[in-house]
Amino acid sequence: MADISLSASRRWKKPPLIKSRQLRWGLGLGFAIYLTLAFGTTEIDWGRVAEGVPRGARFLAGFFPPDFVSRWDAIVDGIAESLWMTVISTVVGIALSIPVGLGAARNLAPKPVYYFCRAILAVSRSFQEIIIAIFCVKLFGFGPFAGFVTLSFATIGFYGKLLAEDIEDMDPVQAEAVRATGAGWFQWLNYAVQPQVLPRMIGLGLYRLDINFRESAVVGIVGAGGIGATLTTAFDRYEFDSAAAILLVIIAIVMAVEYTSGYVRKWVQ
Amino acid sequence: MPVSERAGTKVWQRRERGKQLSIWACYLVGTAIFVYCWNLVSEKTIWMFVWDAPTQAGDLATRMVPPDWAYIDKLWKAIWDTLNIATLGTIMAIVMAVPVAFCAARNTTPSRTVLRPIALFIIVSSRSINSLIWALMLVTILGPGVFAGIIAIALRSIGFCAKLLYEAIEEIDESQVEAVRATGASGPQVLAYGVVPQIMPAFAGISVFRWDINIRESTVLGLVGAGGIGLQLNASINNLAWTQVSLILLVIIATVVLSEWVSARIRHAII
Amino acid sequence: MLRLQNLEKRYRTGDLALKGVDLEVPDGQIMALIGPSGAGKSTLIRCTNRLVEPTGGKVWLNDMELTGLGAGALRRARRSMGMIFQEYALVERLSVMENVLSGRLGYVGFWRSYFRRFPQSDIDEAFRLLGRVGLDHMVDKRADELSGGQRQRVGICRALAQNPELLLVDEPTASLDPKTSRQIMRLICELCKERKLSAIVNIHDVMLAQMFAERIVGLKLGEIVYDGPPDGLTAEVLTEIYGEEDWEATIRKVDDEDGEAEESLAESLHDDHRAVVLDRNLIIGN
Repeated sequence: MADISLSASRRWKKPPLIKSRQLRWGLGLGFAIYLTLAFGTTEIDWGRVAEGVPRGARFLAGFFPPDFVSRWDAIVDGIAESLWMTVISTVVGIALSIPVGLGAARNLAPKPVYYFCRAILAVSRSFQEIIIAIFCVKLFGFGPFAGFVTLSFATIGFYGKLLAEDIEDMDPVQAEAVRATGAGWFQWLNYAVQPQVLPRMIGLGLYRLDINFRESAVVGIVGAGGIGATLTTAFDRYEFDSAAAILLVIIAIVMAVEYTSGYVRKWVQ
Repeated sequence: MPVSERAGTKVWQRRERGKQLSIWACYLVGTAIFVYCWNLVSEKTIWMFVWDAPTQAGDLATRMVPPDWAYIDKLWKAIWDTLNIATLGTIMAIVMAVPVAFCAARNTTPSRTVLRPIALFIIVSSRSINSLIWALMLVTILGPGVFAGIIAIALRSIGFCAKLLYEAIEEIDESQVEAVRATGASGPQVLAYGVVPQIMPAFAGISVFRWDINIRESTVLGLVGAGGIGLQLNASINNLAWTQVSLILLVIIATVVLSEWVSARIRHAII
Repeated sequence: MLRLQNLEKRYRTGDLALKGVDLEVPDGQIMALIGPSGAGKSTLIRCTNRLVEPTGGKVWLNDMELTGLGAGALRRARRSMGMIFQEYALVERLSVMENVLSGRLGYVGFWRSYFRRFPQSDIDEAFRLLGRVGLDHMVDKRADELSGGQRQRVGICRALAQNPELLLVDEPTASLDPKTSRQIMRLICELCKERKLSAIVNIHDVMLAQMFAERIVGLKLGEIVYDGPPDGLTAEVLTEIYGEEDWEATIRKVDDEDGEAEESLAESLHDDHRAVVLDRNLIIGN
């Protein structure tokens, strides 16, 4: 108090986000060290990059104008294949993820089942679609079936985890009330759990449809069918104008799917 | 109304007849689409391979154990590269995403007719094209290596970060902004005092969340030559060195689980 | 008749919530369970139908011992114990009718309940119950569109749809305003009388307990410290249950308000009807 009365004006500084001075400086310093190390050990061939600029310009020039015509049949085929793959893998993936998701909800499943299902989810989520696709192509041969298995497996990880989290977040009192009526386990799921999680899960299902379409454009790179295969072929043959056309078609479809799913989600809730 | 009178007693059905019928119709159409798609895919499938798959899988599994633990010595550099691709890519993406997000948000955009559509187009194209395709193109332009990976991750993440960020900006409490504007603050001051404090938690959360996703994505960029552990994976698969492959897969799981844990901790600390 | 014998519950944290409670509730009796927060009231109710597993002692419902039952038999036993909850505990995204019919789940098979094809007799009963509590015009409203008092009435219908012998009522009025609280308590008591049910009503409000219950049991730290008629609740007894406080006001107030308590249920329901009509007019007006 004495300070204040003595000094004519009091200094004020915005209090820092992290209170402890040591931690604050430590974090800053650690970050700086990391950045120097990261840049230091990253081998960037600036000569090659500089060379890349005119190359990139040529590359971009090759994109214009996009050529929809000369590969049109291949594009239509690829897109159609991607769409079928997307639809069936989303349906099958969600169907499979429901039991896994139920098993991975802590408030539903006994411990051993819980750990087992969580392990499935962790494995499915850790690997990018493309890694799974490599193995699927090895097992099932080239073509959309490998893509279908890949996307279904990836859907399990995504959808199962969110379902499990949603079930864990549900209102336990409502669930208890239905249990108290003497309902069986499946009846309990149907009356207490399903109404609480369904609206969000429909939204997420549509979102996953959207993701699966995007991913179907990628799994083709390793031979699992779909528009990705067409795209890789275009790149390999240096037909950049066709590649540009394919990318534009992908963007257009993704936008269409996104708007539709947004609309449907609003309608559901 | 689902309640109707029939022979003097009130009858209750879950839905009205028309609504129930339309729901059944939706189910029917859905099933038909599914069956149709299934047929098309099945036509392009060589079922012999599919039936053979379980034996193949068993065969592969026996060849993959035990993992070649000694190979880990050659992986440290690749893991480090993978982390760098994800982290540096995320940082670059965030730096670029912030202006894009402010241009795309309805309430902060400087120009609705010109800048906002451009910003939205940037967001959509960045989000629609997978980082692997970005990498494919960048490797052609910049040559193979970590740098192409960083740029690919950055380009891919701009859309994601900018989209979530501009949604957060659009959801802010306008009355707070108004209050700051009422003090006579200039445009940038309004942003700094009225908008930024409100979106800071969302911003931090989005960055960490994207970093977590990017770790996952950077593990595969090497498949098209853009550096990181994917490069080793590709080489081992091509050499049919399955014991190395299984080790790499284990390393990937460990990295991803660890990064997920870190990101969950950080997000928890922020919120 | 419900009989608890040396009932004990120790939570995994080590807290002993019930220390060997012995209690007998004869048929047709409305018993109020009072006591401070953490006394074990809620645990006692939940141990009775084994939503919480008791760690010791026995629960007898008529001649059946509940603690030893397997999953299927327990479900059948739960049918005869209706439960009413503090926060109503309706499934919010289901309609009023579906909530009431969920009381029949123990009686119908899975597929019937899945397709909502309940026997017509169940539906008649549900309409009758909803009519009795004055909600038959709201059958197809979703539960989260109702007010607190209306939700609690749906909760009562759900419990009664089970055709129970015993009602377990857990803080029915905790989230309601004083007037609605009284209406709800009165409704529960009237329905118990009509159907000759016994009830354990776990309640915070000493005044309400005295007003409506025939017998009061005071619980403190998992033990019964009072068991007797409502007018036996003297200042000393309340001090024993809740601790030192000026209790005279609470006790006298009850005497004052006894006369008012005669306000009829029909009238209060009538009020609600009016409110609904008003709501509708507003909606149409807009």
